[in-house]
Amino acid sequence: MRISMTVNGKPVSGDVEPRTLLVEFLRNHLGLTGTHVGCDTSQCGCCVVHVDGESVKSCTMLAVQADGRSVTTIEGLAKDGELHPLQKAFHEHHGLQCGFCTPGMIMSAADLLNRNPDPSEQEVREWLEGNLCRCTGYHNIVKAILAAAQSMRAMARAAE
Amino acid sequence: MAEKGIGARVLRKEDLRFISGRGHYTDDINLPGQAYAVFVRSPHAHARIKRIDKGPALASPGVLAVLDGQDVAADRLGNLVCGWLVKSKDGSPMKMGKHPLLAQEKVRYVGDRVAVVIAETYHQAKDAAEKLIVEYEELPAVVDLAKAHDAPALVHDEIPNNLCYDWELGDKAAVDAAFAKAHHITRAQFVNNRLVPNAIEPRAAIGHWDPGQDAYTLYMTSQNPHVHRLVISAFIGIAPEHKLRVVAPDVGGGFGSKIFIYGEECVVLWASKKIGGRPVKWTAERSESFITDAHGRDHVTTAELALDKEGNFLALRVNTKANLGAYMSTFSSCIPTYLYATLLAGQYKTPAIYCDVQAYYTNTVPVDAYRGAGRPEASFLLETLVDQAAIELGMDPADIRRKNFIPKDAFPYQTPVALVYDTGDYARVFEEALKIADYYGFPARRAESEKRGKLRGIGLSCYIEACGIAPSAVVGSLGAGVGLWESAKVRFTHTGKVQVLTGTHTHGQGHETTFAQLVADKLGVPFEDVEVIHGDTDKTPVGMGTYGSRSLAVGGEAIVKACEKIIAKGKKIAAHLLEASEGDIEFKDGKFTVKGTDKSKTIGEVVFAAYVPHNYPPGLEPGMEETAFFDPPNFTFPAGTYVCEVEVDPQTGKVDIVRFIAVDDFGNVVNPMIVEGQVHGGLVQGIGQALLEGARYDESGQLLTGSYMDYAMPRASDVPFFEVVTTQGTPAVANSLGVKGCGEAGAIGAPAAVINAIRNAIGVRVEMPATPERVWRAIQQSPMLKAAE
Repeated sequence: MRISMTVNGKPVSGDVEPRTLLVEFLRNHLGLTGTHVGCDTSQCGCCVVHVDGESVKSCTMLAVQADGRSVTTIEGLAKDGELHPLQKAFHEHHGLQCGFCTPGMIMSAADLLNRNPDPSEQEVREWLEGNLCRCTGYHNIVKAILAAAQSMRAMARAAE
Repeated sequence: MAEKGIGARVLRKEDLRFISGRGHYTDDINLPGQAYAVFVRSPHAHARIKRIDKGPALASPGVLAVLDGQDVAADRLGNLVCGWLVKSKDGSPMKMGKHPLLAQEKVRYVGDRVAVVIAETYHQAKDAAEKLIVEYEELPAVVDLAKAHDAPALVHDEIPNNLCYDWELGDKAAVDAAFAKAHHITRAQFVNNRLVPNAIEPRAAIGHWDPGQDAYTLYMTSQNPHVHRLVISAFIGIAPEHKLRVVAPDVGGGFGSKIFIYGEECVVLWASKKIGGRPVKWTAERSESFITDAHGRDHVTTAELALDKEGNFLALRVNTKANLGAYMSTFSSCIPTYLYATLLAGQYKTPAIYCDVQAYYTNTVPVDAYRGAGRPEASFLLETLVDQAAIELGMDPADIRRKNFIPKDAFPYQTPVALVYDTGDYARVFEEALKIADYYGFPARRAESEKRGKLRGIGLSCYIEACGIAPSAVVGSLGAGVGLWESAKVRFTHTGKVQVLTGTHTHGQGHETTFAQLVADKLGVPFEDVEVIHGDTDKTPVGMGTYGSRSLAVGGEAIVKACEKIIAKGKKIAAHLLEASEGDIEFKDGKFTVKGTDKSKTIGEVVFAAYVPHNYPPGLEPGMEETAFFDPPNFTFPAGTYVCEVEVDPQTGKVDIVRFIAVDDFGNVVNPMIVEGQVHGGLVQGIGQALLEGARYDESGQLLTGSYMDYAMPRASDVPFFEVVTTQGTPAVANSLGVKGCGEAGAIGAPAAVINAIRNAIGVRVEMPATPERVWRAIQQSPMLKAAE
């Protein structure tokens, strides 16, 4: 089947089998290997991307379902060479170790902060229900997300 | 201290690629002409293979090959082996069951590899695998460890009672004598729950045989690529060692599970030649990881502690049954023996200890090292037993520990179980932890919880571990088949930049940063000018890899030794350039100076002279590149005190960790930020073991917890922020850095702290994982709570 969509702001198209998952299309057809696969039951969250601005587990969506829509992956999060505040915060707060869950964590957290610019620690922890990390004990991930939220609020205020 | 040298909280070099989605994990690699492998696995725990019909699978679209155990046998490939020979009490060697790359005659666990299908695409391979016809004759399965000895079936027909070895350590007569005169004996039985490592990146491999060079390359998820190369060459016999390159690129966590030599990676390498040299790729699905990655722990133990009436420990007696699973994994034999019983002294001066261990085969996934590996099992039983003894004697758990700590002036300390602890100050670390935790203010917090209908408890755990694995002669005398030294190469370029090639492997530990800090500090070069290279057997010197919290204590010391050689050579060159005698040259902060003068050359100038030797010491080799190997004289012994505070909801049995304090003595520390991160991660794996995780099999040997839907991984909402303090430590003596290792501490120390806290709250020790159901049931039967009613 022929599908077309916008990925990280650029139009792309491809021929896929109907059973092709969105994550397979991103990784194998487009070479966007920053989106990872860590499980087969939609639990780990390594594959989170944004579809039309909302976080989606790309292992749980068929590529054909994304036809005509706009997809953002971790590779497309930085704008004009400037890292997203969440990317910076994960670096500054040591929010990653092996890095495998990191793209999904950051994409998931970005959706949280779009919805709730000032989440509590508990809200962050509960939002991460669908993202597993085996390295960090979540400690520095939660710290990084809270710090990014703060810096994004400051940026928003400065822009007003 | 250099700005980004030893001791600095330097942000990680490796982060940029990971936060921007530009890491290179094995599954991200795609080679031209690549074919795909899918394994057909046993659906039965124990069965005879009656017949395999490859026909329908071979006829499926896109299929290039279907290979099974007969093909492995026809090509005379060797079996997977355990590299550590443990002997039984009677001197007989352990009984190692044959472990072929693909099953021959019998399958021995659900997930055992029966065949592999290679096809043009992943989906074609997957479809064809469904069509392979395998007829089995089911056999009774050995599942329950406690009953393995007298089970009606044998996992390996030639191994009686499913008993691999019956091993012992310690002075049995001295222990029996101490028990005979004891004032009090504390007894308990423990189940150390089976865990699934669950590195978030599943295992993956691409095997490639290049017919032109008759050479092999294997990209794979490995913690120790040289060990993989060695075993695949020397034991499996797929390729000679000098014609095999193993590359472990970015690896998404290991925790032990990526140390081992499994069948899948060997098979894709072999299969590439079978199909004429096209690369063959395999990536595990998570469901496969659950039934193929080696599991951890799984002990059943009886332990007894003898005490005098003041609460002094007189002797410890331990019997453990350890589950090996269906086959011996690579290091499986040494985990419940030399990495376990040797740690049973803990932080205490118990004068006599005896432990014996029976290791059994069962029809389950093989069991091997998982973060901590033997040491969490030892620490858990000792620290919960000590608490129980305090309760039985009416003592405060803090006081019984104080009474029994090895005093700081007793180091080096010879334990009764073979190890010599180098340094430590357990009592000081303990008091620091209790102070931070406000241990003696606990009753007020308990009363406050009670007002809200919650049961509050506080628990202590004083762990010790043996890290910096390992002095080769010592492990060799105990049965290890390899040396456990480490290597490093430090290479300057013309322009003064530095490449550090290490035999260790980083898969989350941050070596690219920590090792660069080391070199920046030792050679006085900018941190940014140091690049750490690892994970490629064609690039780095032969090394033994990363496990057992060894990378800095052993691998880091090899880097220091290589730096020392650089400095020694640099002194010769500087002496020549400065027209001084070599003995008068001092090196400090990147400068070679003639003692007592201001005449000096920077290391950059000296390095340039080494590569452009126009004016150079006669007879000295040009170039500036040095290799060093380091074999540690002893293990290192990190230790610490953990304090956990929980609130239990008596209505539901749910346990909330409200506070967790970890005070660790890791000796000297290179990057405190990275060290704290290692502790956080270890703690959550330890808390996961205590509260959530447990692999369960049904009676027929089916794994019931085979996915993230069924196996409770710790999630962000299960844990609090931690209070982690890396205390001013007692430096290790086995390496010049004084570092001890920090990677496993959290997983070793946390379980007992949590379980002791729950016991403190409800009056009963709950087996791990302390799920709400188990805690609720325990509350219903708690004498303490009944008495309070």
